[in-house]
Amino acid sequence: MNTPPIGILRRALLAAALVPAVMLAYDAYAGNLTANPVEYLENETGDWAIIFLIASLAITPIRRLTGWNEVIRLRKMFGLVAYFYAAVHVVIWFTLVSFFDVATMAEDIVKRPFITVGMGTFLILTALAVTSTTGAIRRLGRRWQQLHRAVYVAAIGAVVHFWWLVKADITRPRQWAVVLTLLLGFRLWWMWRARTLSRS
Amino acid sequence: MLIGKPADIRYSEITPRATYLRRREFLQAASVAAVGTAAALVPSLPAVAEAQVQGPGVLPKLPNVKTSALSTTEKQSAYADFSTYNNFYEFGTDKASPAINAKRFRTRPWKIAIEGHVAKPAAFDFDEFVKPYALEERIYRHRCVETWAAVVPWIGIPMADIVKRVEPTSKAKFIEFVTLFDPAQMPGQRDEILQWPYIEGLRLDEAMNPLTILAVGMYGEVLPNQDGAPIRLVVPWKYGFKGGKSLVKIRFVESMPRSTWMIKEPPAYGFYANVNPMVDHPRWSQTRERRLGEFLPRRTTMFNGYADQVAKLYAGMDLRRNY
Repeated sequence: MNTPPIGILRRALLAAALVPAVMLAYDAYAGNLTANPVEYLENETGDWAIIFLIASLAITPIRRLTGWNEVIRLRKMFGLVAYFYAAVHVVIWFTLVSFFDVATMAEDIVKRPFITVGMGTFLILTALAVTSTTGAIRRLGRRWQQLHRAVYVAAIGAVVHFWWLVKADITRPRQWAVVLTLLLGFRLWWMWRARTLSRS
Repeated sequence: MLIGKPADIRYSEITPRATYLRRREFLQAASVAAVGTAAALVPSLPAVAEAQVQGPGVLPKLPNVKTSALSTTEKQSAYADFSTYNNFYEFGTDKASPAINAKRFRTRPWKIAIEGHVAKPAAFDFDEFVKPYALEERIYRHRCVETWAAVVPWIGIPMADIVKRVEPTSKAKFIEFVTLFDPAQMPGQRDEILQWPYIEGLRLDEAMNPLTILAVGMYGEVLPNQDGAPIRLVVPWKYGFKGGKSLVKIRFVESMPRSTWMIKEPPAYGFYANVNPMVDHPRWSQTRERRLGEFLPRRTTMFNGYADQVAKLYAGMDLRRNY
């Protein structure tokens, strides 16, 4: 079922999804990362991780609403791009923010709820990323789908992490919370509809 | 005992932008691989770049500024950094927003009122208010509660000089500093991000400490709008948010003022807000800080390194409870 349009679309979207990373790398090279480069990198990589996580969660509703089944082939790509930005985000936290100071990092994870939630989210995303291969899908069978439902928890975790991190202006985390509520709400509505339809 | 620092160290100490950028080689190394493909792309921060072009050298210079033995000789932060990386929520909550949104902020005419328990409450035109005082340069360490830091050559008036002139009565125990409320000019005030106007406070003895100044300039020039023009509070042993910007009222009061951040999040922000590596903020450990333009973090010191001058103000107080 390798119809060209979706394959081309996927590659184009993948290339577009990596543009922010390339631009950040260029800005790092050009010294354009503001007066506080580490904070800026953390904010940007965190933003993009949430954006692509949300994008991956938008695929199923698009498929159901439009009947365009092939769109599902974009889901894994968006999920892995989200994981890429989340991983860069965490690696920067380990290195440039914490300087490999394990004691401080452990203390932060325990004491600061936004870091606790962020780390939990990253662990979930890691489990999903390593089981995203076709081999893993085959091996895990039915359990694969059960495991990958954890993406809902991860998405909520990512938005909560952002919300708890900001000092006062919750405008942007609130926007993501609204979008995420719509995307998860769609699934509940779809389940409820499927159940009532099958009963009648 | 205090030794005046050599006057010629200051402006020459400001690292040229090109030089300090070269110090970020760690970041650079990580990005070199990607640069080839990125070379054609426009940098994503045109607004920041634009703001960085200005000053020092654009705004009016302040004449007849005395040096002070209270200044540090540490390397100063770059003007471009301290004037484009601002927490001034009245002009937006992104660090780059104030430099952009405060561009057309009107700082003349400007009224500043002395109110409350003083012998002569009065409203002044800003230039009249400043006139009687001698300006001093104070090169201070600056520490934000968000764990970034800087070294800034402020120019200002010792707060003690102002307090003496306005003659507080025996009822005056605290001073409240009130920022302008003008949503037409300050877009951030159109949202209830914080309770406006921004209010900060000091105990009278804190305000009288020789370190406390009302700043009207920095880096030899008048304050840029985004740094709190025309006049702002600077209390170098406290976290940066204590320094109310664009002040319109200085009120002498009897009871402890409730500052804007105390109202916003009581467990995180207390009245004192002294720099203290032993007392965490719920979001940030305060043991370390990173100076703007520097790559390696530094250890945060008690009272931001001003313990000799200010520790006596808090003798016998439990600083864990009075954070």
